[in-house]
Amino acid sequence: MKRILSLFVACVMLAGMCLVFAGCGGSQDKYASLEKIDTPYKGTKLYVYNWGEYISDGQDDSYDLVKVFETIYGIDVSYTTYSSNEEMYAKLSSGAANYDIVIPSDYMIARLIEEGLIQKINYANIPNYANINSAYKTGQYYDMNGEGGATEYSVPYSVGMIGVVYNTKYVSEADAAEQSWGLLWNGNYRGKILNFNNSRDAFGVAMFYKGLDVNSTDEAVWNQAYEALMEQKPLLKGLVMDEIFEEMEGGNAYVGTYYAGDCITMMENNEDLAFYYPKEGTNLFVDACCITKNAQNVGAAELFINFLLDERWATENALYICYASPNDKVINSEEYKEALGDDYYSILYDVPEQYKNSDGSYNTSIACYYYNLDADTKAILSSLWDRVK
Amino acid sequence: MKKLGRFYAGLMYLLLYAPILVMVLYSFNAKKSTSTLSFSYGAEKYTFGHWYREVFASGGALIPLRNSLILALLTAFISMVMGTLAAYALYKLRLKYVKRVITSVTNIPMMNPDIVTGLSMMLLFATTFYVMGAGGTGFATLLIAHVTFCLPYVILSIMPRLRQMDKNLPEAAMDLGCTPIQSFFMVQLPFLAPAVLSGFVMAFTLSLDDYVVSLFTSGPSFETLPIYVYNMARRSVPPSIYAISTLFLVLVLGLLILSNTMQSRLEKKISSHSERTQKNQ
Repeated sequence: MKRILSLFVACVMLAGMCLVFAGCGGSQDKYASLEKIDTPYKGTKLYVYNWGEYISDGQDDSYDLVKVFETIYGIDVSYTTYSSNEEMYAKLSSGAANYDIVIPSDYMIARLIEEGLIQKINYANIPNYANINSAYKTGQYYDMNGEGGATEYSVPYSVGMIGVVYNTKYVSEADAAEQSWGLLWNGNYRGKILNFNNSRDAFGVAMFYKGLDVNSTDEAVWNQAYEALMEQKPLLKGLVMDEIFEEMEGGNAYVGTYYAGDCITMMENNEDLAFYYPKEGTNLFVDACCITKNAQNVGAAELFINFLLDERWATENALYICYASPNDKVINSEEYKEALGDDYYSILYDVPEQYKNSDGSYNTSIACYYYNLDADTKAILSSLWDRVK
Repeated sequence: MKKLGRFYAGLMYLLLYAPILVMVLYSFNAKKSTSTLSFSYGAEKYTFGHWYREVFASGGALIPLRNSLILALLTAFISMVMGTLAAYALYKLRLKYVKRVITSVTNIPMMNPDIVTGLSMMLLFATTFYVMGAGGTGFATLLIAHVTFCLPYVILSIMPRLRQMDKNLPEAAMDLGCTPIQSFFMVQLPFLAPAVLSGFVMAFTLSLDDYVVSLFTSGPSFETLPIYVYNMARRSVPPSIYAISTLFLVLVLGLLILSNTMQSRLEKKISSHSERTQKNQ
């Protein structure tokens, strides 16, 4: 009996292993028809380090973009992931790991430039850079030392803003119509409100609500934000990150705040949810591709960045990631608009008028980037945050 | 009283295994949600086993899974060989004091918090690459790190078995014409086999589910499954992760059952063998 059992188990495991190893080669048809392009970088290796779940990977009948790139250019891509800017920074600055492309957020790009960990990009080799919306090409605080405030080190990959998501079944129309951060301080929804469980975003929300400067170095300003958060505390169901998906989708919480792209995911799972950008202002963030200082394969890295900006693949990617795209070809694509749906499209791209200047660029006093805070301010923030929690 | 005991045991098992059970259930969810569970495959968007097909359709998760298996198998094999040799050498050491010191030293990687092991390993590799002027973290560094923290467990599982071994066994073997090497491979190793095997399994599972050490020592070319899963959970967790974790679970469970049956068979063989020899005497 035992012998049969162990034989059976062995067979199952063997079958499982075979599946795993065979599976890697499966379902190629879709990729076989792709047109191949010959470049001098064929047969080389490229190391890409990106956020987890931040590229179209073949789920839900999408294309696996890494595989597409490999098929078209014959370049072997080694793709690994990280879960925070800081984790990426630790790996990159240790000098033990060699990456060619990293995709950090705005404030981290500023830091990487300062510390000389990334190199200037030769945009001439990335013709599709022309597709990037002009709002992201100049005046980006994290990378604006080029001619006329142009970027030199980064190519925007994905952008986003935070906003308010609420359940229309429980939140009155009048309250929602105010389009204010005040909804998170509304006593009518006591015990059903969610705020961020990370200090920068939670304080950011309070500071936008009170009209304070989110990048202030003045302790008094941070104390005011702290007062606002303490005022909000008795009304909260909790401070959450990922848990917000469950809370909002399940209708356990009525009002919350999160990244716009993720709010769309929640809305897909619960039709009663709605979203707005608060009139007082919000946080704008950009994740952008950078080439590391020690990149071994700059040519292939440029090819990869160019590939990500290609209309077809950028659209595919934007639909998968569900964050807003900085790519004009995507923004203006009818196909993309249709696939995403008008409602969701307007959430990602139709931001309130006061967020933008007349020339289409962001009014960065309202749609604010979070700067990298200096050590003293960080210490103030973290001690206040401990008291909030 | 007996009933109460059973109830308590049942409760404990429930608490232990409920999370795993829930995860397995969610891997068959007909919805793409982490808050609601539904099995009405006709009414909802997804069909039975959708998330499993998704795992195999998208290349994303399969490569880390394969990487993890390769790494765990190699780690287990190397730790097994090195661990057996080390345990044997320790057993043979006559100087009590030296023996105790060496045993404590080998246990350090086990006592050390993972994060310290990981960080110090990363530092070591970074310095080495700096001195060499080339190189980067990758498969080799991961393997070295994993063997390092698995080795003490293997040694620890073999040592007690060695102490159980009749000291006259190798001598008897050599009396009957074995060379020392033959005596090790044909007489002592078979006696140690169950412990060596359990060391192997221990190293395999430790390597498979390690996150912290891998985080610091992995490189741009080799990502293991725990790292991949953790990074994926940054946004909402897609149900295909539950599917992959379930597959992982089945694999590990299978391995455990296999090793247990093999172990008990080996032990039975050894004990029946020694009974027979005793009778013959």
